[in-house]
Amino acid sequence: METSNVPQQDISTYSGNKKAMYATQKNGDYTVIASSGWSVEEAVTKQAIQELERLANTAYQSVVAGKFSPLYFHMYDQRMDLPTLAQSSGFFQWRVKRHFKPVIFQKLSTKILARYSDALGLDRDILCTIPEKRKQGNG
Amino acid sequence: MAETHFKHDHFAHCESGVMSLMLRHHGLDISEPMAFGLSTGLMFAYIPFVKLGGMPLIAYRNMPRGIIKGLQKNIGIRMKMHTFSNPEKGTEMLNSLLAQGKFVGAQTSVFWLPYFPPEMQFHFNGHNLIVYGREENEYLISDPVLENPVRCEISALQKARFVKGVMAPKGLLYYPEFVPAEIDFEKILPKVIRKNAKIMLKTPLPIAGVSGIRALARKIAKLKKKETRYASLFLGHIVRMQEEIGTGGAGFRFIYASFLQEAGTILDNSQLSESSQAMTAVGDGWRDFAMMIAKAIRNKKGEPIDFMAISNKLLSVASSEAEVYKRLMQI
Repeated sequence: METSNVPQQDISTYSGNKKAMYATQKNGDYTVIASSGWSVEEAVTKQAIQELERLANTAYQSVVAGKFSPLYFHMYDQRMDLPTLAQSSGFFQWRVKRHFKPVIFQKLSTKILARYSDALGLDRDILCTIPEKRKQGNG
Repeated sequence: MAETHFKHDHFAHCESGVMSLMLRHHGLDISEPMAFGLSTGLMFAYIPFVKLGGMPLIAYRNMPRGIIKGLQKNIGIRMKMHTFSNPEKGTEMLNSLLAQGKFVGAQTSVFWLPYFPPEMQFHFNGHNLIVYGREENEYLISDPVLENPVRCEISALQKARFVKGVMAPKGLLYYPEFVPAEIDFEKILPKVIRKNAKIMLKTPLPIAGVSGIRALARKIAKLKKKETRYASLFLGHIVRMQEEIGTGGAGFRFIYASFLQEAGTILDNSQLSESSQAMTAVGDGWRDFAMMIAKAIRNKKGEPIDFMAISNKLLSVASSEAEVYKRLMQI
């Protein structure tokens, strides 16, 4: 790719940042050039984020409906899934799944909750509730 | 204090950027592509049974820490590496190394780095950066993929260094203990170039190197049998791994082309310069492939995705890559 073809499309996912790219100058020599982004990269990053939002929205609804504990929503809201939460909290997946049940979640000890707090980076109060409103964007 | 000694620079990729900058600060002036090439960093791997966020692992470079390890092996630098089971100990060690005036490499998770753009914060634990100083409760950080140095609270960096899970950093810290004054390029360059080409052509696993690219192409052809949402996310995931995660542009093919060009100049070898051009064309092919996918998933008219066309495009990229490696084996 030549430097003149390095995309400069100010993509939203970079939030004003730039990435360094290697591209060739007119004489064929490689150089480093800062790129404000390529719409192709923006499209796939946004796709991934929208999927995460969709999962979090669906999870929110099921927690509101009383099917799952707040932990289930916060897992998706923090861009995790079951394997990621299990690994970062150090619990087996079957145990995390058990803690998705509202009745069981309510009885969890401070110690267990602290591990989830730590893994998700959320205060205990936030972990044990869900926000009153969930933005219903394009997710 | 430390700021006066340390000079940040902007790189395409974290680990090769950290190593280039660190060696530069220890008197060995090598570019990022040179650090990448000397470590035999170029790779392709499609590992369906290792999942990240529900999607298979697709990598365009060797394993995290592979560039550090490759440089140790190939050019004789020695790195001191520390990992920790206790986060507080990890922070104490970092503070004491900084107090000694060292610039320290660290492995982190991008999700927990507060200065990262929110739309780029994913649970990826293999991000490298340099901590070059501390002012009260903040670290001075040179993140190679950012244009300017940043600051990060001590507690936030500790969190980012001690996440658990796939590729858990375990607080990894590293710095050079020994750096050679110069490199015997005449001897080392042909060796690492042939070796990397051999890895790409002859790794006896159907998921690594050029055969890995072909395996992924076959997988794409089969996606038409899957649910549309999954198929579309899978395609997007390939491009994210190529352009967003790790970067380097076109899955590191441009960095490697730049390395081949530099090597060609040093060794005065026109074959290498020609291979550099061929590798640039391969990189352009990867970008065309990414563009086809972006068009397919953005498609608003709801036309069915032409998986065969995308798969065939990738097969042709694989063939042109294989040609470059065959030529590089003869260097």
